[in-house]
Amino acid sequence: MGRGYNTIAFDAARCDGCGDCMTACAGAKTGTQDKTRSRIQIVGDASGGFELALCRQCGDPKCVTVCPAGALTKDGASGVIDWNAAKCVDCLLCTVGCAYAGIALDAGSGHVAKCDMCYESPAGSPACVPACPHGALTYITTSRIYNEVGDWEDLFAPGLAGCQGCNTELLMRHTLRRVGPDTVLATPPGCVPGMGSVGFNGTTGTKIPVFHPLLTNTAAMLAGIKRQYKRVGREVLALAIAGDGGASDVGFQSLSGAAERNEQILFMVVDNEGYMNTGMQRSSCTPYGAWTSTTPVGKGSGGMPSQGKTQDAKNLPLIMVNHRCEYVATASTAYMEDLYDKLDKAIEASKRGFAYLHVYSPCTTGWRFPTDQNMEVARKAVETNFVMLWDYTPGAGLRFTRPVDQPLPVTEYLKAMGRFRHLSPDQISHIQAKVVENLAFVKQMVHRASAPGGET
Amino acid sequence: MEQTKYLVVGSSHAALEAVTAIRMHDAEGSLTLVTRDTLLPYSPTVLPYVVSGRSAPGDVFLRDEQFFAANRVDYRRGAALEALHTGRNAAELADGSEIIYEKVLLATGAAPAIPPIPGLDQVKYHVLRTLDDATRLHAAISQSKHAVVLGAGLVGMHAAENLVKAGASVTIVEMAKQLTDGYFDPTAAQMIEKAFVDNGATILTGSRVVKLAPSAVGATLTLENGKTLEADLLLVATGVKPNMDFLGDSGVAHDRGILVGDSMQTSVANVWAAGDCAQAKSFFSDDKVMNSILPDATEQGRIAGMAMAGDPGLKHYPGGVPLNTYHFFGRHAISVGSSRLTEGAEVVTRFDEASGRYLKAIFKDDRLLGIYGVNEFFDGGVMCQLILRRVDLSAVKQRFLANPLAVGRELMSKLWR
Repeated sequence: MGRGYNTIAFDAARCDGCGDCMTACAGAKTGTQDKTRSRIQIVGDASGGFELALCRQCGDPKCVTVCPAGALTKDGASGVIDWNAAKCVDCLLCTVGCAYAGIALDAGSGHVAKCDMCYESPAGSPACVPACPHGALTYITTSRIYNEVGDWEDLFAPGLAGCQGCNTELLMRHTLRRVGPDTVLATPPGCVPGMGSVGFNGTTGTKIPVFHPLLTNTAAMLAGIKRQYKRVGREVLALAIAGDGGASDVGFQSLSGAAERNEQILFMVVDNEGYMNTGMQRSSCTPYGAWTSTTPVGKGSGGMPSQGKTQDAKNLPLIMVNHRCEYVATASTAYMEDLYDKLDKAIEASKRGFAYLHVYSPCTTGWRFPTDQNMEVARKAVETNFVMLWDYTPGAGLRFTRPVDQPLPVTEYLKAMGRFRHLSPDQISHIQAKVVENLAFVKQMVHRASAPGGET
Repeated sequence: MEQTKYLVVGSSHAALEAVTAIRMHDAEGSLTLVTRDTLLPYSPTVLPYVVSGRSAPGDVFLRDEQFFAANRVDYRRGAALEALHTGRNAAELADGSEIIYEKVLLATGAAPAIPPIPGLDQVKYHVLRTLDDATRLHAAISQSKHAVVLGAGLVGMHAAENLVKAGASVTIVEMAKQLTDGYFDPTAAQMIEKAFVDNGATILTGSRVVKLAPSAVGATLTLENGKTLEADLLLVATGVKPNMDFLGDSGVAHDRGILVGDSMQTSVANVWAAGDCAQAKSFFSDDKVMNSILPDATEQGRIAGMAMAGDPGLKHYPGGVPLNTYHFFGRHAISVGSSRLTEGAEVVTRFDEASGRYLKAIFKDDRLLGIYGVNEFFDGGVMCQLILRRVDLSAVKQRFLANPLAVGRELMSKLWR
């Protein structure tokens, strides 16, 4: 299996060309303040924007193949293309081979120079990234997940029966790999059994014990199973993967009860904001204004046109916070590092008591967006603050894990899918106001948690 | 009879890239690489640096045995191709053995072209194409007092500079009217010539040797104009010719090199060719030319490997774009693209005598055809992409000419980063 590598990402929209990254790089690599000697080069364009020239640490590096002296090599462990000064003959052929200006003559040294991600520095991370005062540079370390998880056993059946472009397969495979084989899984009616967890033709779709409770009793059954295992002295992780309908509507009383009794289970909700596998009916997690098959769009009756759902969504994770669970968090598959951190914490917390993980799951079929846009829709939800990523423990209270400094207008999210296409300006204003209100509400809770004399 | 799915002949850049490309798509198919070289793979391009002493001869290898083992390549050194029997898909090696192939890549490179000058076979002379040549020349340089270099291509010029720096009196004899003909334009060549003359070399362009004879110190050369030169070291660097003697009656079409199509296939089924032995199309015309430069060898090798393995990601060879870099007496010269002035081409030059910075760019319809610089650094790889992508530069031309480094990077970042 190949390896994933860390990378430096550049957001041109945040760059103001201050050059601090170049100064930091020149300082780290040459001991000077000379920006022309920086390995990262920011160049201005004619219209006031900024562009980037930086080694991409290519997978099939041209600079390496055209080097006649064997002075450039791709390091399999770090992914960095390394330059060997002793072997280099200063022929500059690498600069002719590279289409990205990633390796260039450093006039100060007379040799070529290129970014090595500062991988040998004590910090183990590039000097340019923390030097950027505007957050235009980020050091992406998601590869760690890929490299670790790749070695774990996939406990979900090969192939799947889900809709094209659904992120739930990703969630299933990652979650099951992470929790490992000593797990009992409950998947109540919904998309998760529909895509294969309960199996076909008398065999299960997972390599761990899985059962199919009713919508109403998932948490109760799972709590009983966990207790029985405890009684016979076996340490297992009791995991539920349920949909938002099964958790927030008919399954809520058993969920709330298990949380109140602090049962040692991990309850994951895959929130696609409706009963999507049975024909896209609304649930209490369906947002205001959204089209579903039971909140249609049309002429309506009695002179009242139908314009999608007329109520706001229930905020289930905040309700779970009010159960003072061992752990409550929201997550998104567009932010896998964040999701993994939370999964780790939830697994630990489930050994002490009730852990609740609420994952937002855009539904390509029910929300009506192209099948290749799932991550983009999930990302837009976070970037507009339509959903917020946070976690809660009784000790530390509630805190944002991916705060959004400059949220995009909510229309950026709404226009990414068809279920909001019909919205009137008034409805859009309502949704934007709700986003602001929700943010203020969560912020208050964050503030309370961090204030002196607040929750401890 | 020995059989292999893929047979690669040669072990330098084109062959190595082909091996990698084949293994990217076909991890299992049997792959045999035969080479006449007894040493590990190395690049002819590094040899001038072995001559100068910059590179140790034991430290220039591009791959080790481990690479071939890891890629499951049956790697055989000292196994020269003697004849190709295309009728029965058989490669006959110098020791008489045969390998039956499903697909074969000829990446046999080139050898020095020795000009037919009377008496040349009577005198001792050096060439520079193998690591042994380089080691011999390196040893001879320090002994030389009067050296003559025939040919002012990059190989000859590199060696001449080393001889100058070692303290020899050096004469460069070149038939063409300028140095580095075909690599750099007359203005750049003038700058190169001046650097050599300033450092004590004698340059005889537009001149040819008509006769050689052994002498007390080594050789006496007689020039066209009747003058004679004494040489205790003679380097013949008058170009190269492809290694393709093995073609015999194989039916593989060849001209100056082995003729290949858009995916490096030859005229005969199951036979591909790449690198210095191949004659492929130019980016600038439909003519098939010798694109005998390192970056093209890697590109051709990769394309041939992908085609042989049936990789559906294969994109056709866009045609060769000349790319050359040359380092002389502490200065850098880079040339990218065509120097031929087609009809309607626009040439812009900029020369700053004080700093010695020279830039020349050739455009047609506001698209870049070629760019040359001495001491004017720009990203050659970015320029090459501007040429290959035929990027319309009309909106940025003046800025581009003022600062090809920064504006090239800006265009790269906008268009294909």
